[in-house]
Amino acid sequence: MSYLALSLTLIFVLIPLVLSRTLRLGLEKDTLIATVRSIIQLLAVGYVLQYVFEADNIIFLLLMILLMIGAATQNARKKGASIRGITWKLFITFVFIEALTQSILLGFSIVPPTPQYIIPISGMVIGNSMVLGILFLNRFTAEIENRQDETELILTLGGTPKQAIHTQLITSIKASTIPTIESQKTIGLVQLPGMMSGQIIAGADPVQAVQFQLLILFILLTTAVVTSIMLGFLSYPTLFNKRMQFLKIR
Amino acid sequence: MSQTAILFQDVNYSADDLKILKNINGYFPEGKIATIVGPSGAGKSTLFKLCNGLRSPDSGEILIKGKPIINFHPVELRRKVGIALQSATMISGSVLENLELPLRLQGKTIDIEFAKELLHDVGLDGDFLMRNAKELSGGQQQKLSIARTLVNQPEVLLLDEITSSLDRVSQHDIEELIEKINEKYGTTMIWITHNLEQALRIGQYTWVMMNGELIESGESSLLRNPQDKRVQEFVKGEIV
Ligand SMILES: Nc1ncnc2c1ncn2[C@@H]1O[C@H](COP(=O)(O)OP(=O)(O)OP(=O)(O)O)[C@@H](O)[C@H]1O
Ligand SMILES: [Mg+2]
Repeated sequence: MSYLALSLTLIFVLIPLVLSRTLRLGLEKDTLIATVRSIIQLLAVGYVLQYVFEADNIIFLLLMILLMIGAATQNARKKGASIRGITWKLFITFVFIEALTQSILLGFSIVPPTPQYIIPISGMVIGNSMVLGILFLNRFTAEIENRQDETELILTLGGTPKQAIHTQLITSIKASTIPTIESQKTIGLVQLPGMMSGQIIAGADPVQAVQFQLLILFILLTTAVVTSIMLGFLSYPTLFNKRMQFLKIR
Repeated sequence: MSQTAILFQDVNYSADDLKILKNINGYFPEGKIATIVGPSGAGKSTLFKLCNGLRSPDSGEILIKGKPIINFHPVELRRKVGIALQSATMISGSVLENLELPLRLQGKTIDIEFAKELLHDVGLDGDFLMRNAKELSGGQQQKLSIARTLVNQPEVLLLDEITSSLDRVSQHDIEELIEKINEKYGTTMIWITHNLEQALRIGQYTWVMMNGELIESGESSLLRNPQDKRVQEFVKGEIV
């Protein structure tokens, strides 16, 4: 795409700005911030990627992945602020998911071990894991809060912490993973996934684009389910103390 | 003095820097029905939660039949000392699932005949088993909550305002049931009630709590002529 063409895409930013102004929606500031941030962040990433691909050095690759995990952790932790130690729990979850998916992909030589594959796939895995983490934590903290009485009831009857939080945990795991599973049922019928569209526009063979998209979709299923379960099982014990007492959430 | 079921020694408890229980010293006799009375916010429900290990005191000691609470495994303590919670919380599902809960937590199931008998004991019809527990009336939930607590066959039963939303007849039935269980199994009963007449009717022993303190304790008849000014004020007009 030429730079002129790229500049012209700003028309798509102007439309919401004008609409927001006329209808007094008050979205101008956020729209502008979003636009500027996306330009800077993506351009920066573009140059960094170029550098990392050319250098082809494992250290840079690992640094890049660490950076993604750090940013994802930073983003998701606010949603779980009421759970003690949520920062490192998220961090461990993201590291685990990344290691799990990459070891399967590279271990079975499903994709070549080059930064061109590893980085974009890692980005999708960590990004989706982050969204799942946020969905899960949102739901889980709400469930804990709304069902404190049930938790306490089960404890009084001689239930263990795990039994006392079981319903809330399962509900939250299910609720957070359902969107991923449901959206895959209709994929391709309504909208073409972003990565596949990008590949096709960039001139790739559609069938090959589909193959990669399927790979990503399946990875994302694992990512979704493993993220929620792992976060759930790492989080619930901190809601109780050694005497099996339910601690008031902060 | 008869045997002591629960003994409190200098028990203090606070939450969020708020002193909820202040230097509690007292006991409840074993095998009897005792009551706790006192205004709202006195710390009565909190006292129960300490007895059952849902909370731990900041200082002081609670002994169940001579054994300090900290020496019990929490699960063992909670089965031994059961609470029918003030809120009569129901889990989602049927009446049967609620009744079965204490057993399900131990990986067991409930015998349907036993379940029906329990329902009958608390004054609920056997056909209630399949009803949705959350759709029962407040009073019916209180009855179910009592039945559920009985499933664990506790040695000490803590009843937190279990008849507060019941009509006079049901209230009477529950009182009879509690007396019956107390006689049959020698279960120690401690009953929080706002109803001083009820305290006099059913309890041999009573505690008057106010503002986190145990003000007076002794034979229930103390409610008729209390020593403490605040207690006199509290019982005035309540007992005829
Ligand atoms: N987890 C908690 N955090 C902060 N304050 C609490 C907590 N639990 C209870 N309290 C406070 O402790 C005090 C005693 O509460 P408690 O429920 O024990 O009173 P009560 O005597 O049972 O009252 P009622 O007759 O209304 O049931 C109240 O002021 C209450 O607000
Ligand atoms: Mg209370």
